[in-house]
Amino acid sequence: MTARAYPSAVAARRSPLSWPALGWIALVALIAAQLFGLLASPPERDMRHLQKIMYVHVPAAWNAFISFFIVFVASVRYLWTREERHDLLAASAAEVGTVLTGLTLMLGSIWGRPTWGVWWTWDARLTSTAVLFMIFVSYLALRAFTDDPERRARWSAAVGIFGALNVPIVYMSVRWWNTLHQIQSSPSTVDPSYAWGLRLNAIAVLLLLIYFVAKRYEIARAERDSEIRREERALRQEGGHA
Amino acid sequence: MNTSSRPWDRVRAIAAKDLTAERRAKANIVSVTSFGALTLLVFGFAVGPDSATLRATAAGILWLAVLFSGVLVFHRSYQLELEGGALEALLLYPGERWEIFAGKVLANLSVVFLVELIVIPLAVVFYGIPVPSHWLALLAVVVLGTIGFVTLGTFYAAMASRARSREVLLPLLLFPMLVPVLLAASEGSAALLAGDPMGDAGAWLRLLIAFDVIFVLASLLIFQHIIEA
Repeated sequence: MTARAYPSAVAARRSPLSWPALGWIALVALIAAQLFGLLASPPERDMRHLQKIMYVHVPAAWNAFISFFIVFVASVRYLWTREERHDLLAASAAEVGTVLTGLTLMLGSIWGRPTWGVWWTWDARLTSTAVLFMIFVSYLALRAFTDDPERRARWSAAVGIFGALNVPIVYMSVRWWNTLHQIQSSPSTVDPSYAWGLRLNAIAVLLLLIYFVAKRYEIARAERDSEIRREERALRQEGGHA
Repeated sequence: MNTSSRPWDRVRAIAAKDLTAERRAKANIVSVTSFGALTLLVFGFAVGPDSATLRATAAGILWLAVLFSGVLVFHRSYQLELEGGALEALLLYPGERWEIFAGKVLANLSVVFLVELIVIPLAVVFYGIPVPSHWLALLAVVVLGTIGFVTLGTFYAAMASRARSREVLLPLLLFPMLVPVLLAASEGSAALLAGDPMGDAGAWLRLLIAFDVIFVLASLLIFQHIIEA
């Protein structure tokens, strides 16, 4: 009886984005875009093949920002509507965004060692990306340390909004403090022979991002669903004893 | 009843309540201040006895000492409420949620200012900081930096003090958010202590003002969502 009050959320809300096809499309797009980047563009004059790291580093950085933008919008919408799906979407995007930010930092470090001669430098973009990474690690920690789902949703929405608000301020403050990074790479600052590799890879990573977030969202829904069913079963058993 | 129906009166009443609790448990403020002083001393050992190095790092170390001891203050601000269900009672009183937050920020501000009142002169002595000619601007940096720090600290402690692993959760949430405050406050103080040779203290002051305005408003708006009983 009560079970029908909560229809299977996974079945009801299965979105077209969670079709396995999207995962395959993203994978093929990523392989094709990487091959294009590796083979079609000439090695850079000074950096040689080292420059190819750009095809993962820059798309990962852009898509990390897209995921944190999703976190911000979904958090605001959660506080506004109090619908659980926005909270689960924010959490899914935060996890994927944290991985992409970590990837950006790691690849940047690997690229920086031979190019700049150091693994790490206290430059504006580098440092603010590290701070952003820490903000979202703490977002995930808060979620892990809070048991009540409704409270967890409200709290992490607040932390997500504050974190996103702080990104431009952190960036400004670190830029005034110290700057060394080259102007950020975008199709307009790189040679045309690299621009297409960059664009294609950005789209491929974006597809991957959508697939991961959709998949993670589906898992989160399934988890909530089983939690609710477990609670109902416990309640029914209690009722039976009484 | 009518006299306490205005927001400002309720804010003041909550601040007064928290400060009374703080005054009656003197041991807490004394140990927090001692911890701040100890941090200064330990950093002094870590940086070394060279007086030029000490003077150069003084501003940053002072702000770290304030940050570390402040974290202890914020926890306490909610821990008292959690004992005996005081928070539920507080939420039942008429009035808006943001008034509770504003009251707590005021009380925490007073406590942190008190800690600074002891710790800053100690830093002047330990690190041989010369009293600068720009002391008024320096005071503005201290006040603005503290406002930003206490606002966010009070906001995050409302969550962290009720979660598991609260001791590690609050600094984990708070410190990455405070990077702009820490940078602006310590760079601004350092610049002013050196007589502002590059004329960049003004930029740091403006950054602090922007940070404070944004997060004071955001906290007042969002606090109602995180404090529901």
